[in-house]
Amino acid sequence: MSQPNLMERLGILADAAKYDASCASSGTSKRTSKGGKGVGSTEGMGICHAYAPDGRCISLLKILLTNHCVFDCHYCINRKSSNVRRARFTPQEVADLTIAFYKRNYIEGLFLSSGIVKNSSHTMEQLIETARILREEHDFRGYIHLKTIPEAEPELVHRAGLYADRVSINVELPTVAGLTRLAPDKKVEVIEGAMSDLKASIIEAKDAKKRFKSAPRFAPAGQSTQMIVGADDASDAAIVGKASTLYSSFRLRRVYYSAFSPIPDASAVLPLQRPPLIREHRLYQSDWLMRFYGFAPHEVQQAADEAGMLPLDIDPKLAWALKFREQFPVDINRAPREALLRVPGLGTRAVGAILAARRQRRLRLDDVGKLTVSVAKIRPFIVAADWRPVLLTDRADLKALVAPRRTEQLELFAA
Amino acid sequence: MTQLFRDARIGDACVVALAAPDDFAGWREQARRLVMAEVPPDRVIWQVPGEGGGDLFAGPGNARRLPTPPRDAPPPRVPRAFLDLAGKAALHRDEQRHALLYRLLWRLQTRPGLMEDAADDDVRRLQMLARTVRRDIHKMRAFVRFRVIADTQGERYVAWFEPEHYILRANAAFFVNRFTQMQWTILTPQGSIDWDGETLREGPPAARSDAPAEDAAEDLWKTYYASIFNPARLKIGAMLKEMPKRYWKNMPEAALIPALVAGAQAREARMVETGAALFTEDRPDSLDAIAAGVSACTRCAIGCNGTRAVAGEGRDDAALMIVGEQPGDSEEQAGRPFIGPAGQVLRGHLEQAGIDPQQAWLTNAVKHFKFVMRAPAKRRLHQNPSAKEIDTCRWWVESERLLVRPRLVLALGASAARSVLGKTVSVQKVRGVPHRLDDGAELWITTHPSYLLRLDDAARAGEEARFAADLAAAQARLRELAG
Repeated sequence: MSQPNLMERLGILADAAKYDASCASSGTSKRTSKGGKGVGSTEGMGICHAYAPDGRCISLLKILLTNHCVFDCHYCINRKSSNVRRARFTPQEVADLTIAFYKRNYIEGLFLSSGIVKNSSHTMEQLIETARILREEHDFRGYIHLKTIPEAEPELVHRAGLYADRVSINVELPTVAGLTRLAPDKKVEVIEGAMSDLKASIIEAKDAKKRFKSAPRFAPAGQSTQMIVGADDASDAAIVGKASTLYSSFRLRRVYYSAFSPIPDASAVLPLQRPPLIREHRLYQSDWLMRFYGFAPHEVQQAADEAGMLPLDIDPKLAWALKFREQFPVDINRAPREALLRVPGLGTRAVGAILAARRQRRLRLDDVGKLTVSVAKIRPFIVAADWRPVLLTDRADLKALVAPRRTEQLELFAA
Repeated sequence: MTQLFRDARIGDACVVALAAPDDFAGWREQARRLVMAEVPPDRVIWQVPGEGGGDLFAGPGNARRLPTPPRDAPPPRVPRAFLDLAGKAALHRDEQRHALLYRLLWRLQTRPGLMEDAADDDVRRLQMLARTVRRDIHKMRAFVRFRVIADTQGERYVAWFEPEHYILRANAAFFVNRFTQMQWTILTPQGSIDWDGETLREGPPAARSDAPAEDAAEDLWKTYYASIFNPARLKIGAMLKEMPKRYWKNMPEAALIPALVAGAQAREARMVETGAALFTEDRPDSLDAIAAGVSACTRCAIGCNGTRAVAGEGRDDAALMIVGEQPGDSEEQAGRPFIGPAGQVLRGHLEQAGIDPQQAWLTNAVKHFKFVMRAPAKRRLHQNPSAKEIDTCRWWVESERLLVRPRLVLALGASAARSVLGKTVSVQKVRGVPHRLDDGAELWITTHPSYLLRLDDAARAGEEARFAADLAAAQARLRELAG
């Protein structure tokens, strides 16, 4: 069969890449194209150049080098036994496409992944070659994220980090049992072994950079991973536990969750129903609680029900507060930062503003209202200069008072 | 008279003219002098070219000369936190921005900690202006789209962009750093900037027609945009929040959005229409699981209308289960069944019949509120659920029955009866007598209390009595069953 043209292949290989959740282009070293031969800069904070109607940010050209694959992972649309149309790019084509998009200010850079052709090491070499062309031939200084193939030679995985800002290896499923059942060609030891090697290289390069300015960069934006949610029966508590282990064992920048989407031509081992999208959202919220709000993993797990599932109708922070009402109310004018961060409805920014403002005045409820989004949600949980909730935290209907009302969906194309 | 008064006021004020709307350096210099000369904020009028108001009080000729600060005046206190925000806020379109900045600078001289007090109205306003400008700067970096033209000096990348605030100059360095080796021009209604690879030049305001109308790579980019979109997950609100419609006209890919959204909705509708495998999971094992499942349920159009689901409530081992039609406006707002007008009627009759609703399981045939919006009051008017919608939601009602195991089910109205029986019956023909259900429970059917509300007084009295009699019969039967 003849190769489809460039545009068709872009369609196929972007479609094949859309189940990767990450599109982040942040957290890397600052660079400009001044004094160089090509284009590209990074600012630390990434830029979302567009948003798709699925609400997701488009920051990078996120494509597969090829969707041919010798593996047969059941949840994956590109698995060997799937009937999808196949296509492939050459490294040169991907590099040219990246530059063409970048120069028109469509993207921050490239997120390249691939199905496994021939073998893992061969595929990894192709990914690295693409990054090499961009960095060395085009002097491209934008963002590059390479999805690394854990089964490839460790030396290749290491080379990827020399060109890329971020490297990632997907752990795929939260449990070993799930991985064994749904990804028969993958081994948890191999995946975690490769993540561990990457961690060592990242730390080593950071260390060297401190001492020698000329030391080579190695994945300055660190490594991340992704877990598929809802393809196996792992509970939210199990997923949160796994994520926290991953963060601490491999110093990950991010753990991404991807709600399993029923894929065309699905394998019979899989559930037909997608998990509610809100579940993925709740997991991200719990991730936030651990990373920015000082929650320990077991505390997030306390917000879950007996089956280990986080409530879908309210966020995990509110769920935790409703369970541990004895921790409230919190005095806005005296409580330490950690206690303020536990108040449902108070974000990190609001807490910062409260800490600064209370050095200037004793805060009244009215003042708190000016520092936060909605004082109505917070009120039952706080004490202010002129406000003390009257046993509100003991009320049985507290949840109804503070739980969000679902608003009507926006009618985008209404006149 | 008015004229006289106005002149007097202007005569008293210092009119300070800035060179351009984004002339923050000029503001800074003048503000510094004014503070040192101890000119209070209400005596200063800031004039900016192109902004209204200034002309009214025209000309420095009318005004007092700017005072010269005394030689020994101490330099004003300008905290870093103020300067950072002020630099951004000064680029806002708000015509009061310079007055606000000066008022804050003035107040800072006596309240050095003022910037920390985010509850102060001036500080909040400043933060808000700065935040808006920062966002505008960020969105310009994100949404500028270059188109290529080839001229004698090679390729030139040209973009047309419409910033909301005066951010063009402030953003130039970003584009220079990123596209140093390119020749590019950004055209805006405020002015234009042009980079030839070495020098940045400023040009006059431009029009959209000055920019190229197309670019060869745009079809590839649109293909990418359409392909990376996942139609299984539509989140239009999230997209609009970050990419408001006003930017769309200058982004080639945005033209695809309506078709992508319509396609995704059609796909969802097809899934619902075929009805195949609407429920493939196991029956929920708890009433809480049902509540959670119901709140996430999008298997019919009502479930997708964005309203809050109302789950059943009551005793989890109740002998009596009461099934209504669907939550109404009040129920949807409170998230509880039978609390609106019809619910009140029902509760009154239950009390008369000696039935304690707290001892029963109260639920609805359909768990979401179906309505139409009625102008002008924008009231949400109740609409009957369709047979298909009732049948879809039946799975939840069955699940509730399996867990609660009531001995007697009381169905209120035709929708509820269909929900329990799976077929439509005539309420008037089957009311007041028991119907045996597969699991051994008895079904009693009566009218829906909202029917009573719709009748005029004469008819209502009769129907109220029949309704009461049905409830009394059901209660008597319930006592018998309890033995």
